[in-house]
Amino acid sequence: MTRLLTQRLAFALFTLATLATTLPIVLIVAYIVLAGGPAISTEFLTAMPRDGMRAGGLWPAIVGTVLLTLGTGLIAVPLGVAAAIYLAEYAKDTALTRAIRIAIINLAGIPSVVYGLFGLGLFVLFLGFGTSILAGCLTLAIMTLPVIISTTEEALRAVPQSFRVVSISLGGTQWQTIRRVVLPQALPGILTGVILGLERAAGETAPILFTAAAFFLPRLPGSALDATMALPYHLFVISTQVPGMPITLQYGTALVLLVFVLSMNLIATLIRSRARARRQW
Amino acid sequence: MPTSLLTLKPQPAPRGRWTEFITEALIRAAGYSAVLFVGLILLFLLREGLPAFAEVQVTDLFSARWYPIEAHFGLLPLISGSLIVTAGAVLIAVPFGLATAIFIAEIAPRWLREFLKPFIEVLGGLPSVVLGFMGMLVLAPWVRETLGTPTGLTAFTGSVLLAGMALPTLVSVAEDALDAVPRSYRDAALALGATPWQTIWRVTLPAARTGVLTATMLGIGRAIGETMTVMMVTGNAARLPDGPAALFLPVRTMTATIAAEMGEVANGSAHYHVLFTIGIALFVISFVVNLAASAVVFQQKKRSERLLS
Repeated sequence: MTRLLTQRLAFALFTLATLATTLPIVLIVAYIVLAGGPAISTEFLTAMPRDGMRAGGLWPAIVGTVLLTLGTGLIAVPLGVAAAIYLAEYAKDTALTRAIRIAIINLAGIPSVVYGLFGLGLFVLFLGFGTSILAGCLTLAIMTLPVIISTTEEALRAVPQSFRVVSISLGGTQWQTIRRVVLPQALPGILTGVILGLERAAGETAPILFTAAAFFLPRLPGSALDATMALPYHLFVISTQVPGMPITLQYGTALVLLVFVLSMNLIATLIRSRARARRQW
Repeated sequence: MPTSLLTLKPQPAPRGRWTEFITEALIRAAGYSAVLFVGLILLFLLREGLPAFAEVQVTDLFSARWYPIEAHFGLLPLISGSLIVTAGAVLIAVPFGLATAIFIAEIAPRWLREFLKPFIEVLGGLPSVVLGFMGMLVLAPWVRETLGTPTGLTAFTGSVLLAGMALPTLVSVAEDALDAVPRSYRDAALALGATPWQTIWRVTLPAARTGVLTATMLGIGRAIGETMTVMMVTGNAARLPDGPAALFLPVRTMTATIAAEMGEVANGSAHYHVLFTIGIALFVISFVVNLAASAVVFQQKKRSERLLS
């Protein structure tokens, strides 16, 4: 009987622990929605900030985050998908391939603020891009690369070998096989990985601190060599550096950032579950 | 491409199909790029960080005083700050993360499992600045009132939030490890009369221990590199800890120091170079932690291959 008692106790404990790890997420999101909801208005979303950011809207920060995310995708997606194709379809088990894998593991682990230092050293100063969207996107792209590579490689490897064998036995070249057979089958998996990678880039602050972010810029960036405001950095600034900042606006900014990031997460999850339901192999 | 089934060789790109040749060359180059980027990151950290050793005496770097305005660049308070916050985070995240992973993988019914897995991923997607923001406004006042500390911005506050940031990684890696334990192990234990709990505790968990170790190490890596959350809630006081009570005092971590001060230093000054030196240290730490974590995985694979042959 004590065995069952132990089991019941242990299971209860583990259920509680799971509640303790998941409940705070619900509470945080609910709290931000409740406290930030009243701040949301057309003006808040589409106007320039005024009064040293204590009034007005988030427009330049929203545009900045969208631009940074898109720019990061433009660089990281082709590069990451190509690298994954190389690893999944071409690479043999050589010392070089192992070096590539170690490099990817290493890239995935480098702290985001170190990416910021690197971006500052290479893109902002050495290449002379200055504090700019371009420097920020390049920095974020390299940071996102390992996520995109590993999820894409996983998606490519999940395509059954027989698909490739059929294509090649019909006389297809390796690239034709990848392009016409493997990639279309792996597309939902790749999309999921890409969106999750870009989600991370959209929410990051540390890598853009010294490479792209402007404290206060009440206009839209004119070119890729302009600095920009961005939602995560803006939230950091108004919650720590601006005295007398209305609390509702702080929660409102957190809410907008949260909606932006979580909707990307939701889209990725939907693509994945739809693809799983449809898959015929 | 994994060679299985047949030794069927794809046709080489036909002559005249130079676009195909170029595509494959580009793909190859993209594959190598990861190595290039790691090299570039190391190169630029060294380029900007090494001059610090010429400008600042090494003994000063290992002193206990970080006060850049008067050219005191002692890194010990920052290193110990990072260690305290990370240790606290790991102490919280590992038991909760493992318990959650076990619950999801072994105890929860299927529908709950399908719901919890993406849910944990959402936590991983919360921007660190949002967690820091909530930490400042909600957790810090709570810590101050409940624990009676002079300020709520303490290492402990940072540890709690960092545990939250490390949890998703920890849970999903540990859960994968539990999932990978062969069904037959559990069946054998249950057939011998063990309760489900005994099976989990004595069979499944020990069989997954290397994966659990990997999960812990990746969690540590995640925690030590976190920047924004820590900068917002730990109070940023650079002082050497003098006992366990330091957990409930303000600290300043390596990452927060870089983030807070890089914007204000003159490019090329000693302070600037020292901040890059901290970056080098973080790079090395993350490299070692992640390599160790993946080495455990590789080793495990070899062992299972041996057992199967």
